[in-house]
Amino acid sequence: MNPAAHTEVSVTRTSIAAVAILIGLAVLPYVIDIYQVQLLTYGLIFAIAALGFNLLLGSTGLLSFGHSAYFGVGAYTVAFMVRDLGTVSMELCIIGGVIGTTIIAALFGYVCVRYTRIFFGILTLALSQVIWSLAFKFFWVTGGTDGIRVPGRGMTLLAGLIDFKGSGAFQKFVFSYYYYVLVIFAVVAALMWVIVHSPFGMALKAIRDNEVRARFVGLSVRRYRWFAFIISGAFTGLAGALWVPLNGLTTPDILYWPFSGEIVFMTVLGGFRTFTGPIVGAIAFNYLKTYAVASSAYWQLVLGVVLVVLVLVLPNGIIGTAQQLFRKLRRH
Amino acid sequence: MALLETVNLKRYFGETRAVDNVSLTIDEGEFVSVVGPNGAGKTSLCNVVSGNLMAESGQIMFKGVDVTHATAPERVKAGIARSFQLVNLFDDLTAFDNVSLAIFSRDDKTRNLAKLAHLDEAVSAEADGILGQFGLAAKRNELARDLAQGERKLLDVALAYALRPKLLFLDEPTSGVSTRDKGQIMDTIAAVVRRDRLTAVIIEHDMDVVFKYSDRIVVMHQGAVLAQGTPDAIRTNEQVALILLGSSGPDAFSRKE
Repeated sequence: MNPAAHTEVSVTRTSIAAVAILIGLAVLPYVIDIYQVQLLTYGLIFAIAALGFNLLLGSTGLLSFGHSAYFGVGAYTVAFMVRDLGTVSMELCIIGGVIGTTIIAALFGYVCVRYTRIFFGILTLALSQVIWSLAFKFFWVTGGTDGIRVPGRGMTLLAGLIDFKGSGAFQKFVFSYYYYVLVIFAVVAALMWVIVHSPFGMALKAIRDNEVRARFVGLSVRRYRWFAFIISGAFTGLAGALWVPLNGLTTPDILYWPFSGEIVFMTVLGGFRTFTGPIVGAIAFNYLKTYAVASSAYWQLVLGVVLVVLVLVLPNGIIGTAQQLFRKLRRH
Repeated sequence: MALLETVNLKRYFGETRAVDNVSLTIDEGEFVSVVGPNGAGKTSLCNVVSGNLMAESGQIMFKGVDVTHATAPERVKAGIARSFQLVNLFDDLTAFDNVSLAIFSRDDKTRNLAKLAHLDEAVSAEADGILGQFGLAAKRNELARDLAQGERKLLDVALAYALRPKLLFLDEPTSGVSTRDKGQIMDTIAAVVRRDRLTAVIIEHDMDVVFKYSDRIVVMHQGAVLAQGTPDAIRTNEQVALILLGSSGPDAFSRKE
């Protein structure tokens, strides 16, 4: 089979699977309660963040411990726009959040991509903590630990076509916002799929596999890592921008290093060597954390045990392991 | 006409003179072999010319342009490609993707993030053609890590060849492969190089291979050029025989064979 035909089959299969999943997700709010819809919305938002993060880890081989910075910058940019500029249009907030994050990611990335391995990880962590400390200390601007309120019901969707006034506003917001996020998630996932399978994505994988040889096929390694960093940050910033109206509030917690760890956790849980791994991992992690927090005072212990088991038993994550099992079953 | 010219090229590692005042000219279309005992500076010379190491002093002129301070990717774009003594591939990519990537990079298409790589039919056709030339067509969908050593060596050279270089540096393309595979690999490489009239510099230990394929042989010793000339001239050079074989005499290389 020639490569073009092979790709056509692969694109067709992927499209059919994606459409089936999206139809399932579109029907779901009619069969689950509103709390579950909210949880699923959070899951989809984290999935966007994890997809962005995995462009660095899975495709480029760079482990960032500072992606809370980009998620947080997206969230705080929206919060500033709502509080200080009176912006209510979600589309404008998204544009602002993504632009703000892209600028920060470009600046931080320019510094970070000069290093690799542990040095890269530590540098991303350190820079994210700079942003956290600014949000924490400049309380007259950021609200400090109280954060900034961004009530979702005060926002409008689709250039003002949908607003949330009157009775049942909360339910209407949760329901509408779920579909809003679902559509953005679908577009973003498709976009990331194309990026990962493009010549650019191929170059990133080559750099991940063998940096020296990548230079000797003419790739400017640092430049490609920088572009990947910026794209990764922008995707994560988009997730932060979507998250804040749903959460109703942004605080410095979202910029703090444990949240960076959670993004890593989500991606590893699903499997960072697969495209769908971070999506599944983010949704699963969101449920896991929510129910662990609700059911035990020692929820951090629960998550810790899950992480240890994951690394020891399922190093390829949920999707990676499922794919391995599927391949084995096909062989027999 | 000189394609590559090095002038008093130097690269030291502490006390070790890896490349010591090397002035060398490679003409267009030549098949040159660089030989010498271990530690003679052959790979270091390749590293300095290809941009893997920077020269401490001296000059590298390529097609009349000074590339002494150019980065490795800039030298690749200028037309210098190389393969590696220890196979250097993208192990988690298929043989096809390895070659495709080199073509995408050569054509400046790796900046394209809005199109699926495998939908570029021109690149796919060229990659398949190159795999065919190097006898790797049947292995196109195998991961580079799963290929046999001889196949990996060929893919390493195919990657460099896919860049359509003007000058191809091949660092021991037959090291670590069986004697039977050695001939096959060299025949494949030589056929491609001769057909495309490429300029090739090959670093090699096996003197049978060197005498068979080279237009000219450069002998290095302790970082410097000891001698250079046609295979016949080198074959009868007693000083070279003494350095390379440890024995001299008019028929030293024949006795060794």
